[in-house]
Amino acid sequence: MARIEIDGQPYDVLDGNNLLSACLSLGLDLPYFCWHPALGSAGACRQCAVIQYKDAEDKRGRLVMACMTPVADAMRISIAAEQARQFRSDNIELLMTNHPHDCPVCEEGGECHLQDMTVMTGHTFRRYRGLKRTHNNQNLGPFINHEMNRCIACYRCVRFYDDYAGGKDLQVFGMHNNVYFGRFEDGALENEFSGNLVEVCPTGVFTDKTFSAHYARKWDLQTAPSVCAHCGLGCNTAPGERYGELRRVINRYNGEVNGYFLCDRGRFGYGFVNSPKRILKPRLDDQEISADAAESHFRQLLKAGKPAIGIGSPRASLEANFALRTLVGEENFFLGLEDTEHILLNTIVELMRHGGIHSPSLREVEQADAVLILGEDVTHSAPRLALSLRQAARNASFDLAGSLHILPWQDAAVRNLENQAKSSVFIASICATRLDDVAANTYRGSPEDIARLGFAIAHCLDESAPAPAALGDAEQALAVIIADNLKQAKRPLIVSGTSCASLDVIQAAYNVAKALPATDKQLMFTVPECNSLGLAIMGGASLQQAFERIGTGLADSVIILENDLYRRVPGPELDRFLETAAHVVVIDSLENKTTAQAELQLPAATFAESEGTWVNNEGRGQRYFPVYPATDPVRGSWQWLTSVMENSQWRHHDALTAACASAFPDLAAIVQAAPGADYTVKGSKIPRQPHRYSGRTAMHADIKVSEPGQPHDPETPFAFSMEGDTGHVPPALLPVIWAPGWNSNQAINKFQQQTGGHLRDGDPGVRLIEAAGTLDWFGDIPPTFRPEQGRWRIMPLPHIFGTEELSGQSPAIAERLPAFCVLLNFLDAETLGVDSGDPVEISSLLGISILKIPVQIEPTLPRGLLGITAGLPAFQSMKTWTQVTVKKVNQEDRL
Amino acid sequence: METLAKPLTKNIRPDRAFTTLADYESTGGYQGLRKALAELQPKDVQQWVKDAGLRGRGGAGFGTGLKWSLVPLDDLSQTRYLVANADEMEPGTFKDRMLLEQDPHQLIEGMIIAAYAIQAQKAYIFLRGEYHVAKFRLEQALLEAKSKGYLGEHILNSAFNLEIVLHTGAGRYICGEETALLNALEGKRATPRAKPPFPLVSGLWGKPTVVNNVETLCNVPHILHYGVEWYQGLARGVDKGTKLFGAGGRVKHPGLWELPMGTPIREIIEQHAGGMRDGYKLRGFLPGGASTDFLLPEHLDVVMDFEAVAKAGSRMGTGVIIVLDDKTCPVRMVLNLEQFFAQESCGWCTPCRDGLPWTVTLLKDIIAGKGRIEDLDTLAGLTRMLGPGNTFCALAPGAVEPLQSALKYFRADFERYIAMERA
Amino acid sequence: MNEPIFEGLSLAEIREINAEMSHYENKTAVSIEALKIVQKHRRWVSDQCLIAVAELLDISPAQLEGVATFYNLIYRQPVGKTVIHYCNSVTCWMLGSDQVGESLCRHLNVELGEMSADGEYTVLPIVCLGACDHAPVVMVGNELKFDITEDAVNEILGR
Ligand SMILES: Cc1cc2nc3c(=O)[nH]c(=O)nc-3n(C[C@H](O)[C@H](O)[C@H](O)COP(=O)(O)O)c2cc1C
Ligand code: SF4
Ligand code: FES
Repeated sequence: MARIEIDGQPYDVLDGNNLLSACLSLGLDLPYFCWHPALGSAGACRQCAVIQYKDAEDKRGRLVMACMTPVADAMRISIAAEQARQFRSDNIELLMTNHPHDCPVCEEGGECHLQDMTVMTGHTFRRYRGLKRTHNNQNLGPFINHEMNRCIACYRCVRFYDDYAGGKDLQVFGMHNNVYFGRFEDGALENEFSGNLVEVCPTGVFTDKTFSAHYARKWDLQTAPSVCAHCGLGCNTAPGERYGELRRVINRYNGEVNGYFLCDRGRFGYGFVNSPKRILKPRLDDQEISADAAESHFRQLLKAGKPAIGIGSPRASLEANFALRTLVGEENFFLGLEDTEHILLNTIVELMRHGGIHSPSLREVEQADAVLILGEDVTHSAPRLALSLRQAARNASFDLAGSLHILPWQDAAVRNLENQAKSSVFIASICATRLDDVAANTYRGSPEDIARLGFAIAHCLDESAPAPAALGDAEQALAVIIADNLKQAKRPLIVSGTSCASLDVIQAAYNVAKALPATDKQLMFTVPECNSLGLAIMGGASLQQAFERIGTGLADSVIILENDLYRRVPGPELDRFLETAAHVVVIDSLENKTTAQAELQLPAATFAESEGTWVNNEGRGQRYFPVYPATDPVRGSWQWLTSVMENSQWRHHDALTAACASAFPDLAAIVQAAPGADYTVKGSKIPRQPHRYSGRTAMHADIKVSEPGQPHDPETPFAFSMEGDTGHVPPALLPVIWAPGWNSNQAINKFQQQTGGHLRDGDPGVRLIEAAGTLDWFGDIPPTFRPEQGRWRIMPLPHIFGTEELSGQSPAIAERLPAFCVLLNFLDAETLGVDSGDPVEISSLLGISILKIPVQIEPTLPRGLLGITAGLPAFQSMKTWTQVTVKKVNQEDRL
Repeated sequence: METLAKPLTKNIRPDRAFTTLADYESTGGYQGLRKALAELQPKDVQQWVKDAGLRGRGGAGFGTGLKWSLVPLDDLSQTRYLVANADEMEPGTFKDRMLLEQDPHQLIEGMIIAAYAIQAQKAYIFLRGEYHVAKFRLEQALLEAKSKGYLGEHILNSAFNLEIVLHTGAGRYICGEETALLNALEGKRATPRAKPPFPLVSGLWGKPTVVNNVETLCNVPHILHYGVEWYQGLARGVDKGTKLFGAGGRVKHPGLWELPMGTPIREIIEQHAGGMRDGYKLRGFLPGGASTDFLLPEHLDVVMDFEAVAKAGSRMGTGVIIVLDDKTCPVRMVLNLEQFFAQESCGWCTPCRDGLPWTVTLLKDIIAGKGRIEDLDTLAGLTRMLGPGNTFCALAPGAVEPLQSALKYFRADFERYIAMERA
Repeated sequence: MNEPIFEGLSLAEIREINAEMSHYENKTAVSIEALKIVQKHRRWVSDQCLIAVAELLDISPAQLEGVATFYNLIYRQPVGKTVIHYCNSVTCWMLGSDQVGESLCRHLNVELGEMSADGEYTVLPIVCLGACDHAPVVMVGNELKFDITEDAVNEILGR
């Protein structure tokens, strides 16, 4: 701590910090543009000027940029001094000389950092009479708009996109006052984190294209705290609604999880909520029926005949799964996961419970000083994690910088050391990954070989760990290098997950983690869906066992909760199962192959219209809340399920959450994930609509002139209205980030302990599992993979835009799906006599043709594997690890 | 004795295009290097240069020996770099080109000694891309030096190794700013870097790096060869040694002369440059390049010393004087200068990037008869805004020096344009 | 043998660029040099060449374009066989560089930056060429010409 004096007042601030961050952390207002807590200081915009005095005698002082000035004990500064105030105002005047002043038609208006800072500096009168320079804009793809004339050249976009996120295709061109931030040529931004430009850019150069098609002001959006539904990391989001439509998703700051950034899947995947495929009415045998009729049919169906079985879902909330489990009874509840995934998730839960190794948050990931990724291409399987690992790769630079007295926020100076400081990130994966550019070493192999490398590393670290037999020399040498690095690390991290569909890989990852000498070691598993881990913690039997139960006649009806089973098991098997079942009830929000088979379809609310708790891969329980009310008769899945229960005690969500918590010791803490529905601020619920929300009395005047009453929300502490206090709201319940004078998301600094740090009252969510005990070494080491002549093994590879079910239904994401093709090693392609783009026919070993598809040569893919994009409908009939034959399609019978 | 009074230019003769290695050696060339390597430790060389009182000739006048002494020498395995700043692009300045073209070995010897003093294993010459003749001569000279064992491994049988790489730029004045220069050398956009960390600690590719001006380095061999006392004795004023001074504009004999530090400006303009051309009177002058404040005829007796010129309200800068005559409009001259600076702003920081184009707009308006009297306040305000410490590098503070002094000394000229509109 | 390895670059260009690499810590550092090498061979850097150089240096075209557009001696548009740079900085301006520029353009019937109809010349302004004692100065190709007068312009253009 250092004691400094600001405008005559003493303050204690963190040592080593810069003055700007210190002032903002104290809650003081000081304008800035180029600085960003995650990006450090650049000193470019010159907006954060303050006066620094030598000592008490010095009355004149000198102007310094707060962001570039380290705090020092006994330092005296002034924010208020006239000279500094004038400079800041004049500086804004300069920034605005070329600005188009198009605020009325700008999507950023009303939440624009440039607007806020302009007002803050008091610049009100424009003296510049010259022409404005203008730029052409580019088409940057389906996610991002480009309006270069609004640019104030703060360089944040390229500093985020290139330096922080590793992008290559967004750059700054030109010089003097003709600098241009864009691509070499028109085209979609390639980086998976491009959407953050929307929030990183302090003005309206980069805006959300999906939002801008139909944008509303921030204060006209109804918002509630939410969690991203599109992978297992559980980034916190703030979705916004207007006129009953979800309009956008922006980042919701969580100091432990996503910090300031989301991936593009998370930001642009929301479009499925507004999809024409939404199920909006209950249907019985394809006929629309009323909610009452649906309920009573559902009730009858449960009473009649044999017991029903329930099939849960890794994308449904704990509460909905628990309600189903309760409705059908424990013995009739199945997790809805196919066998392999089921086993993998169970193993992961077991390791997290009893493996004795801490599972880190993303913030903790960023602190790791050595990382081994085993079997994952995290950019595609858990995108936001890739961004954190990219930062972890820089830790050696920070250490080197420290030894040269360069502070971590001196961004360019630290980056300048990058080529001297060696990364300690090691990646073993099926083929090339998007993080390879920051890896010290990479390894490509089949899942077996990845696991073998892992076992070998574990053995190098600890001789008592079993070693793989007959390991190749190259693998052995690599294992030694990686082990040496991990051994020296203070905070080593092992990352693995379900992507390889291989238990061996997960077990190998555990062995490595167990063998690490460091006490501060971490083991993180990625899981595919937003509640995969929660579901596995709850426990239950697998999908195949559900089939057996119906097959053996112990049950006859099936209730399927938010789960398109055709994505999980081969069609014919599932057809048989659904035909055998006497009745099929499906609760879901979007039409899919499974809902098409339902006798009774019940329209489920999406994450945007419902509440619930999900558990992310870290083991953190997080609550999400409805942003706007579901249109009748759409309901939350949990509501459909509890509506037909004899016992009405769980008709309220809090009660259901509490019952779920008491039923499972590992879930006991979920009641603390957020306050319950009875929570009020000064006696009233928390408004979802900002206090400036406009048009409430008029927005439906075309339908009805009398103002409708606001819908009630008995389930959450939120109101669908603008009345109520937002003064002091716990972090988990912060819907919109706003502070007086700070209308953009950057108001977040008013809610943090330190800029970029934890939220004042703790970051949202609750850790459910803390690692305890230890487990034995795993010793079941697979033999090396040897391709069989003429046969290939199916290897689904996750893709950020192709794999996840719901985001794929969003129009913007649909435009970015990966090419429809299979990946082949070039030697394999040569054997087959095909080149990239040539079609091949894939057949089962029985000779049944499955698919004709173009080939893409992937030099890093091991021989004998056939890479397909996981989750794409076209590949639903192809199971992981199955063997197929491939042949060239002749010219005559081309596709 | 004449040669010793003009050490920097003693080899430059009208009767030959340039100094070959043999010519150079015949007048004591590479003797300073021999002495340094044979008799002195790196720290001693630093001390000699410090004691001699050599100050940087690139414009800022930082003590050269002191600069070298700040390079960390503790870790001998560490890479260190020396860079010769040969990016001369300050309008009105033409001194380094002569040294580069006509006596390349002098620079090379200076570089080897400097590299030895900071224990750099590699050195770069950052030559401005337009200096084609200099490029050719330096290439030749580097080959000669290498073949005679002045460069490469075990220089003159010592333990010291050095490679010198000639790098040519692709334009842009900002490349002369030492940290922008490092970015340019790394193949990046030449935006300056924040200081701290200073290049001395973390420079080229993050390694300790010294950047020195060509003329600065050319002084070094002579200090080593002839000694500190001799060097100090060269000057007439407070600062030590000789310097290349010059004058351009409507003087009778524009040119460049090596003169003692502390030479009065009057002597340079009236004697060496021969005074004003017939029919022209001296109206004012920029004493050291485009980025220095105007001085008036009343300042002619100021001597060319860093402090003396500063006291008169300007900077010695590069020491090459740009003369303003009475038939050139100072407002238009300032417009030309500000256009240059606005165009050469790297675009990184706000005041410079957006402030300089505004000065251009205002000056153009004024000249076009569209000016308003309050525009002069706006201009003055901008010169304060772009002053030292307010911008990211020193380009902008330099850029506003001629403008701010013109507003002070030639205000009537500005007002006349503005009044014209009223009339 | 003369097959270009990278589409858009000749073997000679690739050789020269590769030779430069030994002088620097990494490939990126060669960016400017590489663009100048291409320019030496082709007068200007086309999109295709820029992409090829980027590939050779293992950086993205956008990164290289960021560099290329910073420096004024890299031409991203075709220029004539001989580029005539006339100094328009302060001393030359005082001694008539505006007229020199105008006169060059008038003789060649071009705007600044434009290529003359016969493809021979392009006229561009440039900052101080470090020869102010001989103002106004022009640089014709690589050669400096001093004390330029109207006659000198004619001489330069061979008329
Ligand atoms: C905009 C700008 C341009 C500069 N151009 C040059 C230059 O062309 N040559 C030079 O030697 N120094 C130039 N300098 C000064 C250098 O930054 C640096 O101070 C100098 O090279 C140090 O050498 P010295 O200590 O030997 O003077 C420039 C500085 C600025 C701010
Ligand atoms: S990383 Fe996962 S949870 Fe985070 S925003 Fe992306 S899809 Fe959502
Ligand atoms: S925030 Fe300090 S200079 Fe930009």
